[in-house]
Amino acid sequence: MNMNGGQALMKALENEGVDILFGLPGGAILPVYDPLIDSSIRHVLVRHEQGAGHMAEGYAHATGRPGVAMVTSGPAATNIVTPLCDAYMDSIPMVVVTGQVPYAAIGTDAFQECDTTGITMSVTKHNYLVTEAADIPQVIHDAFYIATTGRPGPVLVDIPKDIVDPNNPRSAMEWYTPDSHDLPGYLPNQAGDAELIRQAAKLICEAERPVLYTGGGILKSRGAEALLELAELTGIHVVTTLMNRGGFPDDHPLCLGMPGMHGNYTAVTAMQESDLLIALGARFDDRVTGKVAGFAPLAKIIHVDIDSAELGKVRRPDVAIQGDCRVVIEELVKALKEMGGREAQPDRNQWRSRISGWQERFPLTYEQSKGDEMLKPQYVLEQLRDSTPSDTIVASGVGQHQMWTSQYWKFNHPYTWVNSGGLGTMGFAIPAAIGAKAGRPDRMVWAVDGDGCFQMTAQELVTAATEGFPIKVALINNAYLGMVRQWQEMFYEERYSEVYLTRDVPDYKMWAEALGCVGLRVESPEEVGPAIAQANEINDQPVVVEFRCEAEENVFPMVPAGMSNSDMVVDPSQRDQPR
Amino acid sequence: MTAADGGGTTTLVVRVENKAGVLARVAGLFARRGFNIESLAVAPTDDERFSRLTIVVGVDAAPMEQVVKQLDKLVNVVDIQELNPAVSVERELMMATVRADPSIRGQILDLVRVFQATVLNVGYDEIMVSLTGSPSRVDDFEDLLRPYGIVDVQRTGKVALPKLVKSAPDPLTP
Ligand SMILES: Cc1ncc(C[n+]2csc(CCOP(=O)(O)OP(=O)(O)O)c2C)c(N)n1
Ligand SMILES: [Mg+2]
Repeated sequence: MNMNGGQALMKALENEGVDILFGLPGGAILPVYDPLIDSSIRHVLVRHEQGAGHMAEGYAHATGRPGVAMVTSGPAATNIVTPLCDAYMDSIPMVVVTGQVPYAAIGTDAFQECDTTGITMSVTKHNYLVTEAADIPQVIHDAFYIATTGRPGPVLVDIPKDIVDPNNPRSAMEWYTPDSHDLPGYLPNQAGDAELIRQAAKLICEAERPVLYTGGGILKSRGAEALLELAELTGIHVVTTLMNRGGFPDDHPLCLGMPGMHGNYTAVTAMQESDLLIALGARFDDRVTGKVAGFAPLAKIIHVDIDSAELGKVRRPDVAIQGDCRVVIEELVKALKEMGGREAQPDRNQWRSRISGWQERFPLTYEQSKGDEMLKPQYVLEQLRDSTPSDTIVASGVGQHQMWTSQYWKFNHPYTWVNSGGLGTMGFAIPAAIGAKAGRPDRMVWAVDGDGCFQMTAQELVTAATEGFPIKVALINNAYLGMVRQWQEMFYEERYSEVYLTRDVPDYKMWAEALGCVGLRVESPEEVGPAIAQANEINDQPVVVEFRCEAEENVFPMVPAGMSNSDMVVDPSQRDQPR
Repeated sequence: MTAADGGGTTTLVVRVENKAGVLARVAGLFARRGFNIESLAVAPTDDERFSRLTIVVGVDAAPMEQVVKQLDKLVNVVDIQELNPAVSVERELMMATVRADPSIRGQILDLVRVFQATVLNVGYDEIMVSLTGSPSRVDDFEDLLRPYGIVDVQRTGKVALPKLVKSAPDPLTP
């Protein structure tokens, strides 16, 4: 079938099962926006290209399917660099199509030219500069394959205007449906080595104080069920990193919650004291390990990861298994059953009672506001958690509000937590929530955002309002870049430098209304419940609820940067407790 | 110490797809860590879909481990061999133009003979020579030429292949 490159691009995207594209047109990508009109793919017109990228990420987080964004060249391509890096750090499958100046003009400093593949080389899993219209079907097929297999990640496809412009003879091509990949350097492997899996099973049967340290690889491999089976078979406790919140139910008796800098005391301490860490799709991030030399000093390590570069990167494992988390866990469960199942596990009663001792002495806690003191953000999160359906999808920004959300929410379903972990991108919440809502219109979607973050991407609420994505935003207005303020309070002797945002400017309620949303303002604890109930009732418009919160609240517990996890600072009310 | 001494250096032989931009991807992984590439040789292999890069990096094997793993993750990288100089055969080509006043040209020709080098071109008071050999032999030749005045020198960077097995398989079967 004869067609032009632009038509081929749309057809190739349709063939990959793309149902929604987040984007914004401009000169170089213009020819593709014409065949878009005739395509079955829905396009969501964003207000800033960073929004398009985070929406694609939110879509991928919530559905497991690759998110797709399409933007023009130059400034649009540079605007989407942050989401690419974000997706790269968090292993999010995403395909970004960028327009480029005509092939012959590349390298001439043409209008809106930039070296998009050069700029994005280190923040993509792979990228392409397509030089011939005839390459489009194969490159798109390869791009989706690379983005979604092995360790997932973003792939960028840069397309010069002439090969998609029907007025240019270089765009003429004959359609073909690619049915294979010629990628001799890319051979993702799923299965783990059987002998190593047997060794791992043996270590598990010998361990007295084992902990399952589970990361984003559980969700990426759709391994939550397998993990549940492994935990219940062995009776081993589970910590879920920031990237695996929801990958194991928080209300399960074996769940210890989040580890790391602001993790649960018990999760952090159990890892510190453990004699065997079973790391599944986790990467020993510095926010989890604290000072590496002091991290889990007594533990042997079993490390399972699809990416062999993670094995031994931070901590040398005793058993390193390269493979897909779900596949390896399933094999591990088989091996453990062959060794005798639950019967073969040693008596760990003493360990269990140490764990429950920590849980009793060091639960998450905060001091409720009294009289006319300002609202506590933790209280807002508790109320929000308790008055929304348990399968609500929650997206967050980056800062204190993010940590409180991860701490206080009860994640009992996979794919309900949408968050920027590795890059820590302020402004992620609103566009990511929109992307999640686009992927899961059946679910309630809340964004929990900080006042600083909100001001970075609030314009996408216009996208939500006009494109029909009734998300809800809980805006934690603490008048500060709170996380940075906390560090200045704790580590810079309360010398506050450039962290005060002001309490009343902007007027968030008016701003929300101007953006096409319902705006609500909450100042006292009594108003919290009713405002959330009101927001939950609104399904034809996005809602922003501004919660005016205490400015000087700190996130605890906390492992100060560079310190060992054994030196965790607990809530002031718990500092007399014996460790 | 220099790369050619084999001290604190690592030699990687990287087979890549013969495509635009691949060298930049490979070089980028070294650059972002501040690792300097001491020498680099690139040429197509007998299979024209692939090129072979021989990269000498002035870094010990241990910090290189992560780079090698990251290199392996590049979609265009097909395979990587880390070459230990003790178990590989290394060669490098040098071309040099040297000051050679007619009165001392004979001394340079002596060196050329000793090293089994080649004279490529002769001018009134300059001579162009070339030598192919192990990097350390090429170093020696260059050091000995230097006092005469090197006008121009060009080295290719080393290429290498693993040494071959000497012992016959046991038992010897036809
Ligand atoms: C784009 C970006 N810039 C700067 C930072 C550094 N940073 C981390 S948290 C934070 C404060 C966030 O403020 P806010 O959104 O109000 O959240 P809060 O901590 O007050 O809950 C800053 C500035 C970042 N993570 N991302
Ligand atoms: Mg704030």
